[in-house]
Amino acid sequence: MNQTSWELHCPVAVNNDSPRVMLAHGEGGRMMRKLIRETIVDILSSESLAEMDDAARLPAIDGPLAMTTDSFVVSPLFFPGGDIGSLCVYGTVNDLAVSGAKPLYLTLSLILEEGLPIAVLQEVLQSVARAANQTGIKIVAGDTKVVPRGAADGLFINTTGIGELVDPVPPGPQALCEGDELIVTGPVGRHGIAVLCAREELALQPAPTSDCGSLVAATMQLRHRLGTRLRTMRDATRGGVGAVLHEWSESSGLTLAVNEKDIPVSPDVRGASELLGLDPIHIANEGTMLIAVESGASEDALEALRSLPETQYSAKIGTAITRQATPVTITRMFGRPQPLDQPQGAPQPRIC
Amino acid sequence: MKYLDEYRDPASAKKLVEAIRRQVTRPWTLMEVCGGQTHGLLRNGIEAELQGTVELIHGPGCPVCVTAMESIDFAQQLAMLHTTSTNNVVLASFGDMMRVPGSHGSLLDTKANGGNVKTVYSPLDAVELAKRHPEKQVVFFAVGFETTAPATALAVKQAANDGIHNFSLLVSHVRVQPAMEALLQSPHNRVQAFLAAGHVCAVMGYESYEPMVERYRLPIVVTGFEPLDLLEGILNCVRQLEQGEARVDNAYSRGVSRQGNQAAQDIVREVYEVCDRPWRGFGIVTNGGLQLNQDWRHFDARSRFDFIRSLPVIEPAECESAHVLAGRIKPPECAAFGKACTPDAPMGAPMVSSEGACAAYYKWHTP
Repeated sequence: MNQTSWELHCPVAVNNDSPRVMLAHGEGGRMMRKLIRETIVDILSSESLAEMDDAARLPAIDGPLAMTTDSFVVSPLFFPGGDIGSLCVYGTVNDLAVSGAKPLYLTLSLILEEGLPIAVLQEVLQSVARAANQTGIKIVAGDTKVVPRGAADGLFINTTGIGELVDPVPPGPQALCEGDELIVTGPVGRHGIAVLCAREELALQPAPTSDCGSLVAATMQLRHRLGTRLRTMRDATRGGVGAVLHEWSESSGLTLAVNEKDIPVSPDVRGASELLGLDPIHIANEGTMLIAVESGASEDALEALRSLPETQYSAKIGTAITRQATPVTITRMFGRPQPLDQPQGAPQPRIC
Repeated sequence: MKYLDEYRDPASAKKLVEAIRRQVTRPWTLMEVCGGQTHGLLRNGIEAELQGTVELIHGPGCPVCVTAMESIDFAQQLAMLHTTSTNNVVLASFGDMMRVPGSHGSLLDTKANGGNVKTVYSPLDAVELAKRHPEKQVVFFAVGFETTAPATALAVKQAANDGIHNFSLLVSHVRVQPAMEALLQSPHNRVQAFLAAGHVCAVMGYESYEPMVERYRLPIVVTGFEPLDLLEGILNCVRQLEQGEARVDNAYSRGVSRQGNQAAQDIVREVYEVCDRPWRGFGIVTNGGLQLNQDWRHFDARSRFDFIRSLPVIEPAECESAHVLAGRIKPPECAAFGKACTPDAPMGAPMVSSEGACAAYYKWHTP
């Protein structure tokens, strides 16, 4: 038996240039290294990733750190106003920013479904690179797994972000006091409605666009301007502004009272919500946050926020008051405060 | 938003409230038929604003709430059929129906247990699903009033035109007027006037209410869903009651005509026939439903999957949603309301549905 001949005539045909992700891309061989080096590392142009070591070695930091992790499973991968790539960066960066941290490092774990076009992966990674560049966060470590067709929805991404806490760090919702003022930094519900319309192919004109974007500049600006008058910030993602209000009410033991007419909603989101029977206050955002400031500080906060394009439509929407029978109230047309509910799971569009 | 904001103007609303107060000499009992109206009344604080002038009781007009548990149980059995090699079923349903409890949990539970349930936004989406998956049997859970019946009729016609044989309907459509009459015939009836459901009338018109008004001598006012629509409807009812009149009036003329939408009615007549149907909370309502007629029966999921046996329905004993749906009690009067029965763990459909009266009270009612 001629061993050399066996090596030269390998019966398994491996297409190193497949236009789609194959299981072999996840199995540690040449294809995997090629994918990582030529697609992932090249696009992300990260020195740390290029070393392809087991762990990223990072310089010492003086102060305390903030760390967060998140998984992104959005469908479809691309939607008006964003995609899973920009979403995973902004989502993680915003979690650090609203916690009072300067975002520093990001890890990126990719779970690829067999059959995903490589071109799609490249487009997503380009979006990751742009968002990372814009927010100043460095991608320092990553992982790639491939799962069989049907075991994932194209592409899932998990991230971990590390940031450096920079004074003054807002104390958090437990520090809310009576009289504190509540501000939302833009029209609510844009991300959730944009993704819903894209996923269900609802041909609304104009198609709602996501607010997917960075809150780093806004949080820096606010802390610089308000100092310790800033109580707390939270990006209003799943569950929307309504969910954040409920969480803050629980943490602080106060009732949070908002006015419906003050809550900014863009016309496209309002139209789609009316049509589907959904309330924008409960719909997810990805570049809009709720903040609470000391009584009397809202004018300063609004001036700071309105100086930035991404938060130019910020508005004061309510106040923290003594605890009432209900944790969150909303005032509508007759000026009578009414309970604001929390939806059970994802809101379901109505029949009629 | 154009065409909406003008119907939400607080100053005009306050004027209408005042006008109602001036008219009323005794407390009248009005029923808003539609769940969307219930939500509008409570969400905007109208019910509270009118306390002491009129009592608003909440009618059966939530299609999700009145869908018989037996239909949900059947739908759940269908959804589990995808595990068999001969009947690979996808049950397509509107999102509203997903959380409504049947005898053994909801369609969401069925999905979590491995059932093949897909949420769609229109019946035509279900036809598309059948087109894309010729290897599967797509069953659309056709619930709703006269408002959604034309769309499901259109879907079945579309499927026939396109030669799609792997599509069928689990028809649970209900008709509102027979249920209103059933309420009036009840010995417990307290309804003195109806706010008729605007969107049902947009399809069916309101001509057919005229003999009913003659028969029962009570006002029926076709009413929309925005705060000013609701207040206009209430004011109209109150004026009629105070003056001893009983007619059908249309306070929703921007959406409703006397004859309704003829094209929609034609397609409903072409595809369906009137039948007796169980309503959740009501029992069998004579002429209270629509079923596919002989020409279209081959698209009927009950016939196609006739080997599925209807199982005995199990209703929670503490749940008084039947009385809520019939307007006999208000949701907080039910012993389970807000305690054993909440939107997190609903016992009856009115607590789970986005149009349900119990959910409306739980969400918006200020104690």
